[in-house]
Amino acid sequence: MLTDINLVLPEIFLLVMISIILIIDLFLKDESRGATYVLSIVTLITTAFLVINNSPETTQLAFHKSFVVDPMSVILKSVSLLVVAAVFIYSRDYLVDRNFYKGEFFTLSLFGVLGMMLMISSANFLTLYLGLELMSLTMYAMVAMQRDSDIAAEAAMKYFVLGAIASGMLLYGMSIIFGVANSLNLAEINQAISVSENRLALSFGLVFIILGIAFKLGAVPFHMWMPDVYDGSPTAITTYIATAPKIAAFVMLYRVMVEGMSGMMVDWQSILIILSVASMFIGNIIAIAQSNIKRLFAYSTISHVGFILMGVITGTDNGYSASMFYTISYVLMSLAGFGIILLMSRAGFEANNIEDYSGMNQKSPWFAFIMLITLFSMAGVPPMLGFWAKVSVLQEAVNAGLVWFAVAGVAASIIGAYYYLRVVKVLYFDKPKDDTPIQASMDMRLLLSANGISMLALGIFPTSLLALCVDAI
Amino acid sequence: MFETYTNLQVYLAIVLAPLIGSVLTGIFGTYMSKRMAHTITISGVALSFLLSLVVFNYHILHEMPDYNQNIYTWLKTENLTFSIGFLIDSLTAMMLVVVSFVSLMVHIYTIGYMADDNGYKRFFSYISLFTFSMFMLVMSNNFMQLFFGWEAVGLVSYLLIGFYYKKESAIFANLKAFLVNRVGDFGFILGIAAVLMYFNSLDYVEVFKQAPQFKDAMIEIMPGEQWSLMTVICILLFIGAMGKSAQAPLHVWLPDSMEGPTPISALIHAATMVTAGIFMVSRMSPLYELSDTALSFIIYVGAFTAFFMGLLGIIQNDIKRVVAYSTLSQLGYMTVALGVSSYSIAVFHLMTHAFFKALLFLAAGSVIIGMHHVQDIRQMGNLKKYMPITYITSLIGTLALIGFPGLSGFFSKDSIIEAVHYSTLPAAEIAYYAVLSGVFITAFYSIRLFILVFHGKERMDEHTKHHLKESPWVVTLPLILLAIPSIAIGWMTIEPMLYGDYFKSAITINSVAHPSLSILSESFHGGLAMITHGLQTLPFWLMVAGVTSAWFLYVIQPELPGKIKAMFLPIYKLLENNYGFDQFNQWFFAAGSRKLGGFLSSIGDALLIDGLVVNGSAKTVAWFASVIRKVQTGYLYHYAFTMLFGLIVLLIYVLN
Amino acid sequence: MISLSHFLVLGAVLFSISIAGIIINRKNVILLLMCVELMLLAVNMNFVAFSYFLGNAVGQVFVFFILTVAAAEAAIGLAILVVLFRNKRTINVEDLDALKG
Repeated sequence: MLTDINLVLPEIFLLVMISIILIIDLFLKDESRGATYVLSIVTLITTAFLVINNSPETTQLAFHKSFVVDPMSVILKSVSLLVVAAVFIYSRDYLVDRNFYKGEFFTLSLFGVLGMMLMISSANFLTLYLGLELMSLTMYAMVAMQRDSDIAAEAAMKYFVLGAIASGMLLYGMSIIFGVANSLNLAEINQAISVSENRLALSFGLVFIILGIAFKLGAVPFHMWMPDVYDGSPTAITTYIATAPKIAAFVMLYRVMVEGMSGMMVDWQSILIILSVASMFIGNIIAIAQSNIKRLFAYSTISHVGFILMGVITGTDNGYSASMFYTISYVLMSLAGFGIILLMSRAGFEANNIEDYSGMNQKSPWFAFIMLITLFSMAGVPPMLGFWAKVSVLQEAVNAGLVWFAVAGVAASIIGAYYYLRVVKVLYFDKPKDDTPIQASMDMRLLLSANGISMLALGIFPTSLLALCVDAI
Repeated sequence: MFETYTNLQVYLAIVLAPLIGSVLTGIFGTYMSKRMAHTITISGVALSFLLSLVVFNYHILHEMPDYNQNIYTWLKTENLTFSIGFLIDSLTAMMLVVVSFVSLMVHIYTIGYMADDNGYKRFFSYISLFTFSMFMLVMSNNFMQLFFGWEAVGLVSYLLIGFYYKKESAIFANLKAFLVNRVGDFGFILGIAAVLMYFNSLDYVEVFKQAPQFKDAMIEIMPGEQWSLMTVICILLFIGAMGKSAQAPLHVWLPDSMEGPTPISALIHAATMVTAGIFMVSRMSPLYELSDTALSFIIYVGAFTAFFMGLLGIIQNDIKRVVAYSTLSQLGYMTVALGVSSYSIAVFHLMTHAFFKALLFLAAGSVIIGMHHVQDIRQMGNLKKYMPITYITSLIGTLALIGFPGLSGFFSKDSIIEAVHYSTLPAAEIAYYAVLSGVFITAFYSIRLFILVFHGKERMDEHTKHHLKESPWVVTLPLILLAIPSIAIGWMTIEPMLYGDYFKSAITINSVAHPSLSILSESFHGGLAMITHGLQTLPFWLMVAGVTSAWFLYVIQPELPGKIKAMFLPIYKLLENNYGFDQFNQWFFAAGSRKLGGFLSSIGDALLIDGLVVNGSAKTVAWFASVIRKVQTGYLYHYAFTMLFGLIVLLIYVLN
Repeated sequence: MISLSHFLVLGAVLFSISIAGIIINRKNVILLLMCVELMLLAVNMNFVAFSYFLGNAVGQVFVFFILTVAAAEAAIGLAILVVLFRNKRTINVEDLDALKG
């Protein structure tokens, strides 16, 4: 029992701290909201420290095998925690400018992070579901948090209803798998599946579960919430939604498919291939027609999800590590991309249209360069991080004998390069519309620069991160 | 030092200190004072220099075993690993000392030379970056890192040739250097690719170990043509060296590179970077020893460069161009030495040349400062009166260059000539005459330059003359410090480097087939004996003849050169036009390729690819995108329906 | 005797009704929330039935959690509904089409 407590120590610490922050924030006046901000960031960093410090050398299970701590969970939890801390830093000015700098933002985000951590460590359908709902419910509320915005309310409603359908379907699938396997534990389910005769019921349940996961990831055709939610939410919230939850969604995919249902690999591979190809093409093609940069990033995310799926589809350990590498890379790129949007937005002005970025190079060559790195990385231009992410996933697909699939991936990214480069063209070759200088606090400037440079640096020296992902699986 | 720190940390410090200095001044330069910028970079390079001395010391005195370690795996594919690693042996240790010393001198010198320049901090950032790149090049233990260093020094070289980026001639020279080096690098990377293809490794040790097995291997590049694999690899790699080390016909960029600031001409375009090709061939000696054809090719190229480029030095009137052509000619000497398998002599000449050529360039720079950026030697004269330190150090550099017995250049150049003499390769015979007559030419143009600048009538205008004075100490100190090795380094190191065991592990020579060096070492009886013997040989008298004729023409009979020029006007024109290399390149390669490019661009690119393939498919995709985005109607029930639709499709698909 | 399959069919029917409700209803957002609740109840029916027939109480434990989450979900759903109504002065599903493409 004591070791069980030790394993969930970071989660307990986070929960306690959230409660403390919640109470402290009640007594704070608006002008001293900085305390909540600082406390939240400190909490996240301390939790990340606890996660790393508490990492066991081998895979450990706790609470009747419903909670797992393995190398992958340690890496992905710390990445999620740090990414959310970065989101806070990026968002501060944006929130202050919109009179939106409230304690709810921080506490809700932190609860969401707790949900992600639970998902990342789940070894049981129950923990997985609870983590998922904790994360999703907070996100629904956050999207609607800007109370005077009708598009935010609309986006929240769409997100909520579709999300509820998706989790209902996920649950339905889980109930059927439970009926066949007589267990909610992933490892036990895996054993039961390998001896079960009841393929029909299993396949039936599998499709529903995949739907739930694909919705969270945003794979075609369960992607339709994403552009609207990205577009409708305040950019700070979009940044949050577009980064850390994708890590949790990847883990959900990995835990359920690989650790829970590897006995049905042939089935889920064939389903995921359809989703993956559809995501890569539809995401990249619709993105071309976008003029709103948040929608553009949403469709670009959809295409990235196709690549994340590609690694898992290979069904090999190397493929899973490639997917994990891709996920982390995607989160870094997405963080920087939305960071730039937050940087360019100012009081009374949302930099949501691509043309708002025209001539950014003349206003701030440095941040135009960071945006350039980000876009190149998303497009997969060497030597950026995104290039290696694509290469590793494609390579594993080829190794697994899925050459046509890899070719499709390459074709889709060529189409994708078009709209990224279109933004680059706007950044560098168009005339600026106004000459309002870019204003941002020093901490944001530094972090955003580090974020951008990390994509270049990790692209030139990708081995360390790759090795980390290979060791984690 | 080595007891307390592991070797790796020392090596890393050598490499990274200049890089850190460069990055700091490069990025935060705008927030720094000039003083801070040069303090940071100079201390970085100074640290590298001290540590290089330590490494060198341990290799010489303590006979430390070679260090060869991969320290970072950059990339791993199926059966191939690209690593970053260090190979530290005697050759590397010597290169480290030479590079870091010259670089340090140039750094200090720059404080004075660039004092009033707007690009002061940028300049320091560049030269530190160059030092880093050069270290990466010489310390590499594999071809990939070698290529990285190779390209990185090239990059800094282009940046610095175009340092005055508002000057049109600088931009032109910059582009020219870039394009010419592309030709060389193309050969170089093909060579590396061939190595990778046949040896399946890029690691030096691994490649050298496998090389003898491939001695007789053939490769069929064109159907029906069998070529020796080693010859192909060696010549391809050497083409890279021809670009970087400016061997004819890829030499055309080097004289133009003098558009860069003078400290750069000293550091990059004379002492270090241009010798990268020489270094590379010496490093690859186990490969080159397997192909007599490649060695003969090297001899021809080197001999041609040594003789004909020297001739061009005679007619130049720009002080830096004279020295530049002499660099070309000396690089030719080194190349010839490589061709006759006397790699250690080539490297030895590389080292002595680095010191005295850097000295000559920096002295030229000092003169240029004194003359207020006038570079035409016809407007100088009698500067010895105004610039005594520059005068003395220039004298030392000049004497070292022409091979005056006892100075460093004498030992290396005489050794080269002797080695060529003893070579058994048929190509060496003509090369022998080329390098021998080269001695006369070198002496002639060097003394001509020296006399025109420092002696004779004062031909500058009154205003300049009024302001003439010796340069500040930051300029003269490097001159003095460089003069010392220019005098003594040959005498001190000839025995261990050429005839001792120093390069035993680094350089491989097949002494049965290529006996020059072993014959030389039999007849070597110490430096003093070499000097006394040198006084009786042909090169010495040719040198004396060169000095005398220059003295006669420019001191005794100063009106004679003009008459000679008038008499041999066609030859003069030929020389003045650089044998027509530039015109030919302009006409054939530049204009020709532009015509071809224009044709391809209008027909192939604009019409077929852009019109049909690119724009056609782009239009289709964009049209498709605008249609398909309509699916995203905005209605919640459509979204839910899409999900249901997806669910049903998947259910039907799976349950079938 | 009522067998497992009877329960499962009931669950499936409830589930289908809820999905049909979401897709067919184009008027009132509150109906959507009710359908979502119904969907969860259908799942609960499945879980309880399986739990009973397999003799494994874990399924019923899951049901308790689902009920709790459903309550929270309803709360958030209604809160969003209130925000929506205050901004748009309508809760008509067909009017939620500002975001598209």
